[in-house]
Amino acid sequence: MESGAELVRRLRGICGADHVLTHPDALATYRSDGLTQYRQTPLAAVLPGAAEEVQAVVRACFEAQVPWVARGSGTGLSGGALPVAEGVLIVLARLRRILAVQLEDSRVVVEPGVTNLAISKAVAPTHFYPPDPSSQIVCSIGGNVAENSGGAHCFKYGFTTTYVTGLEVVLSDGSMIELDRDAPGYDLLGAFVGSEGTLGVATKVALRVVPRPEAVQTVVAFFEDTGAAGSAVSAIVAAGMVPGAIEMMDRLSIQAAEQATHAGYRLDAGAALLVELDGPRDECRVRLGEVLRLCSDAGATHVWKAEDEAQRDLIWRARKAAFAAMGRIAPAYYVQDGVIPRTRLADVLRRIDELAAEYRLQVANVFHAGDGNLHPLVCYDASRAGEPERAEELAGLILKACVEAGGSITGEHGVGVDKKAYMPAMFSDSDLDAFQRLRCSFDPHGLANPGKVMPTPRLCGEVPGPYRQHPLERSGVATRF
Amino acid sequence: VPTRRAPTSFEEAAAILREAGAAGQAVRVVGGGSKPWGAPAAPPAHEVLTASLDQILEHNEGDLTAVLQAGVPLARAQEKFTAAGQMLALDPFLGPGREATIGGIIATADAGPLRHRYGSPRDLILGMTVALSDGTIARSGGKVIKNVAGYDLGKLFCGSLGTLGMILSVSVRLHPRPAHTVTTLGVAGEADLASRSARALAAAPLELEALDVAWRGGHGGLLARCGGVEAQARAQRVAALMREAGLARIEVVEEDDELWARQRAGQRSSLRALLKVAGRPSTLAQVLRAADAGGATVVGRAALGVCFLELDPDALAGVAERLPPDSRAVLLDAPTAAKESVEVWGPAPEARLHELMRQLKARFDPAHVCNPGVFVGGI
Repeated sequence: MESGAELVRRLRGICGADHVLTHPDALATYRSDGLTQYRQTPLAAVLPGAAEEVQAVVRACFEAQVPWVARGSGTGLSGGALPVAEGVLIVLARLRRILAVQLEDSRVVVEPGVTNLAISKAVAPTHFYPPDPSSQIVCSIGGNVAENSGGAHCFKYGFTTTYVTGLEVVLSDGSMIELDRDAPGYDLLGAFVGSEGTLGVATKVALRVVPRPEAVQTVVAFFEDTGAAGSAVSAIVAAGMVPGAIEMMDRLSIQAAEQATHAGYRLDAGAALLVELDGPRDECRVRLGEVLRLCSDAGATHVWKAEDEAQRDLIWRARKAAFAAMGRIAPAYYVQDGVIPRTRLADVLRRIDELAAEYRLQVANVFHAGDGNLHPLVCYDASRAGEPERAEELAGLILKACVEAGGSITGEHGVGVDKKAYMPAMFSDSDLDAFQRLRCSFDPHGLANPGKVMPTPRLCGEVPGPYRQHPLERSGVATRF
Repeated sequence: VPTRRAPTSFEEAAAILREAGAAGQAVRVVGGGSKPWGAPAAPPAHEVLTASLDQILEHNEGDLTAVLQAGVPLARAQEKFTAAGQMLALDPFLGPGREATIGGIIATADAGPLRHRYGSPRDLILGMTVALSDGTIARSGGKVIKNVAGYDLGKLFCGSLGTLGMILSVSVRLHPRPAHTVTTLGVAGEADLASRSARALAAAPLELEALDVAWRGGHGGLLARCGGVEAQARAQRVAALMREAGLARIEVVEEDDELWARQRAGQRSSLRALLKVAGRPSTLAQVLRAADAGGATVVGRAALGVCFLELDPDALAGVAERLPPDSRAVLLDAPTAAKESVEVWGPAPEARLHELMRQLKARFDPAHVCNPGVFVGGI
């Protein structure tokens, strides 16, 4: 293994000295992603300017047997882009070209550093790219691919993996492959999307885009409590509707979001249910009537229907500000990303309330109600002794309650470093071993984003060779027993 | 002649695979037996039938999810879902006796016209339990519709033709079954018109359930299916768009099940050959002309660039060389002699990609006994 200094010299040769950062001040920006409680300073951060440079950087790391982590915009919420000490951080921010817009094939091809929102802008006004994480203004498509990002509209439209049709990938040995959704063979594209940067790094992304819906109708219904709002959700789904989005906020998050945005949410409500219907105009109109009736039947106290685009923006602004606005309630919070079968919503919310009372902490709830993806925000004050630890413990218990209800520890943020300790709550040893088989096929030396996803570090064994029948067995002289 | 066993539990299935693995004897999993696809290979020593793993383990109506053992015939599962106003949005051809099982459909990644709106099996699977040739039983994913914990092994096993292991059960996402459907038909007398019209319909914000092409001898048409409370009104809008695009003999059909059954049946061939072609949607006209040159009958997903060509085996080479250069053709059905004379999967994958697939095979099937030789590149 060559020294770190030698590797840095090689990296400078590949990307240019300006694009290889090693000074601690310059590296400070890159020590964390969106989950700032985890920090690590890498050996170097490199900002390659082309796919070929990414490939050369990965190959240099392979030859030096130095681990590396790919990073997009760094908005991830699971520590997935946390650097590895003595490793290289590959920052893809300079790869931001839109390479092709082919609407006749409902397709765009982009570099990984392009932002999520830029894709919808590139295909406007006729088309759009549906997955829309709250960070869509800045988050990169490469990061979305790594995390299989969702967003508010995935109940109807699906996830990043639904839309990725092709990838150019640099594997950890520095070789480059093309994955195409229609190519015969194993669905490596499906395995790669959502693999959290542990199977390689995407340098080119082909995406499907879809026609922009003809009509959009957005309403917020206010209820006395989350139970009543939850029964409205069940009634809407039972009526055969798949709204573009169904989002719920509880009392605490309504108050924080309203104070921050003055959007017009009712401060006296115990729950707000945002329902957005989109699609053909006639279908939307009829369905909106049904939604209003079902909300009223479920006990909605007030309904606010967006009359124009400006009102729709206001409604969404409050929802999307909910996380940031929690600063008004508490100096810090843990955000969780558990998923439950939607029909268990009332049970799990009750359990969260009990746990919050027991731990003497406030928990605000914001969630994608259609798909049962909860974002409990566990509020705490780090200046109070023991509170961060209590908050972390509470956050963990909430995840366990989700798994016990038949759900998942993460719906869209990814496992990263943050939730890897909870993987055994969901998966057995043999399940984890099967995951490792996939990982080792792509990265037998464990250089791509090590220390993420899997609960404990593991090495890859030798690949078992194909079984060969011994000549004596074939002739019937000997058997293996 | 292979031995046949029909395990009644996951553990028993895993034990059969482990024994076959230890003995180094090839094993093939058989569901309904309706899709003998893949490259011709020597008969396996053992067949594992999923016939006794046929329980619908869960149907969570309120959550629109279900958990099915691999041997459940899709037709039976759909009856149950239909009773609740729901469906698993997968509608491949189910075989002459509607015998196709969920395990077989997933192992072959087979899909029908609903792929237009709902995707293929990979898009509807939430979780999967598999058995491997070392006796391991492993689960990935879950049974909620949104979940990114762990690797997506379900997608890896989708379309893997039993070469990585045996699918034991899957959890799937369900959708509301549209209360009404109405189909609009339009006729085209030349390929460019069909292709152009398909693009116009695909770009319109109509949320079609399906958009298919049917074609034979330089002539054919498009079928667009609308679903939902306002399906009839939308079908009229589709008709207007078709007229504008230049299609002729436009017709709105209310009782449309038979039309779509015919499209599904066109994806298979019991006597001739069936070539599946996937490419850019905008190259549809070129695919249709290639089909015409070989006397092929075509059904396909007009907006997705997926076509199924039924033709005489003798015409395969001539059609293949006229297909768009970036399209991929796979020979699904054909008499054995025809399959033996061509590469059914098309050209082998690029070397590094091929190596990666072989690595996966070696790690998931360390004994190298799971349906060997049938898959891409000799895997």
